[in-house]
Amino acid sequence: MLGFLKQLQRRTPLGWLQLSRHKGRFIVAISGIAFADILMFMQLGFQNSLFESNTKLNSAILADIVLVSSQAKNTQNLSSFPRNRLLEASDVPGVKTAEPMYIGMVSWRNIETRKKVQVQAIGFNPAKPALDIPEVNTQLDKIQLPDNFLFDKAARGEYDQLYSKVEAGQDVSTEVGRRTVTVSGLFKFGASFAADGILISSDNNYLRLFPQQQASSINVGLIYLQPGYKPDEVVTRLQAHLPDDVKVLTQEGFVQFEFDVLNEESPIAVIFTFGVAMGFFIGVIIVYQILSTDVNSHLKEYATFKAMGYGNNYLLGVIFEEAIIIATVGFIPGFFIPLGLYHLAAAATNLPIYMTVSRAIMVFILTIIVCAISGAIATQKLQSADPADMF
Amino acid sequence: MNSNFNGEKFSSQPAISIHNLNHYFGKGQLRKQALFDINLEIQAGEIIIMTGPSGSGKTTLLTICGGLRSVQEGSAKILGKELYGTSAKQLTIARRKHGYIFQAHNLHGSLTALQNVRMGLEVHPHLSPQEMHKKSIEILEIVGLGERVNYYPDDLSGGQKQRVAIARALVSQPLIVLADEPTAALDKKTGRDVVDIMQKLAKEQGCTILMVTHDNRILDIADRIVYMEDGRLAPLPESMELAH
Repeated sequence: MLGFLKQLQRRTPLGWLQLSRHKGRFIVAISGIAFADILMFMQLGFQNSLFESNTKLNSAILADIVLVSSQAKNTQNLSSFPRNRLLEASDVPGVKTAEPMYIGMVSWRNIETRKKVQVQAIGFNPAKPALDIPEVNTQLDKIQLPDNFLFDKAARGEYDQLYSKVEAGQDVSTEVGRRTVTVSGLFKFGASFAADGILISSDNNYLRLFPQQQASSINVGLIYLQPGYKPDEVVTRLQAHLPDDVKVLTQEGFVQFEFDVLNEESPIAVIFTFGVAMGFFIGVIIVYQILSTDVNSHLKEYATFKAMGYGNNYLLGVIFEEAIIIATVGFIPGFFIPLGLYHLAAAATNLPIYMTVSRAIMVFILTIIVCAISGAIATQKLQSADPADMF
Repeated sequence: MNSNFNGEKFSSQPAISIHNLNHYFGKGQLRKQALFDINLEIQAGEIIIMTGPSGSGKTTLLTICGGLRSVQEGSAKILGKELYGTSAKQLTIARRKHGYIFQAHNLHGSLTALQNVRMGLEVHPHLSPQEMHKKSIEILEIVGLGERVNYYPDDLSGGQKQRVAIARALVSQPLIVLADEPTAALDKKTGRDVVDIMQKLAKEQGCTILMVTHDNRILDIADRIVYMEDGRLAPLPESMELAH
């Protein structure tokens, strides 16, 4: 290792000198890598925000074990199952209580734009916090009043007027279906790809919005355990005890369930992966073009170096040196530009779009791989540098 | 500049010794013989000019002596080492003892004169960066470019570039210098200057020069002239002996 560093120190940085002497070419290569990086960062950022926003509700549910219909697809399409399953579940040792939760999509009228938009309505027993949203849990008294709802402060769309009125202590009325409801409080949660925002209230208020849904037909069952019982074990017992029309999941399992469905069944994950792959190949093509042009224009010099006694490995080293320099320098704008773009996209969509260290590391490694592949293809041209042809 | 001690060591044996060398190009039906039964001995310190019509095989012979082509048939001993049957890797290492001067200067456009010359030393792993720098500056001063060490080849004239190329070839004090038409791209006076520098440095360092040229104006620097025709060594035509 020490010997290698010593060699490196006495070596002329040929790759760097070649790149910095041809500034135009170098800038094109850096822009190419920056472009590929930006593309990959944006796709990965969107994909992450998709997964995160669509599993956010699952993560926020406060329960040890979650029951959903075996027909359930995701939180937008949960299907329903008989409330009796909750009573049956209470027979299983370890189960302390079981509470129903109702989740459904509803269209309401935005009081400012007068447009109808889809929001997600959630109803649960207000006697007990069911969601891990502190602002909701301090306003549980409000939603016990008839037709009173809490609304998402981080919803997508124009709600400034509504927010300022509610914050000033006024109740705001709007239409949901054929019913007039009152927004009496706010909380901060965030939009998802599927819903612009969330409306929260008691189970009774929820059922008034959905006259066709019976109270006995519930969407989610929240099961709380007695202390000292492991959720995994109780899940196994519940699965044996309950009929096949319900799925029994731990809280983490419920998050994973939503994630898996999105990942496997929706085309969205495939599309984002495709976008990342496109960025990757655009990077490979651009860097390959630059490196092979560079090799071609230095073929005579390389043949001369071979004549002088430099081995093939030395020249391979020069090309990989160039590849690593392009990858590293190109990554700098390729990292900082997406930071700004994430900010813009997050502000425009209210989706959780942000940079993570692991993603930065992953894209940097991908960039190095891009440049290494391009370098490896470009080195094939080196074979044509034959010192015997120099005379 | 110090004289080369290695030169003394080899003075007792020929620098280049070629016996019954045949060389072919192409394969199968297209196979064509380029060199026929070449026998040639060159003593250490000699300056040999190889001349002859185009296509007579001079350059092929030069590239074989330089370890740039492998020996197909016969024997070629360079500095006491047989090249027949050596691997490509060994040839690469053997080439580090040679200096090459090409028709075109073949300097690297992204490197300054100094960096180009330094590349001639970097293949020798025992030299420190300071030594490489010092030696490169010294030889550039000797070829008269002490003022232009940091110039890029694009900013140098044709003669200056060829002088940098000579400096690059000679900076490692090679035992053999192989040159192919080093004056072809230069005018009369510059060409003369260039071969004079080569001759002076070669005599000082005690190295052997094998040079292919058509240029009758520089034949006088040779200790001996070798004439080639149709892939064979031949007696020198009378017209050329006059020039010598």
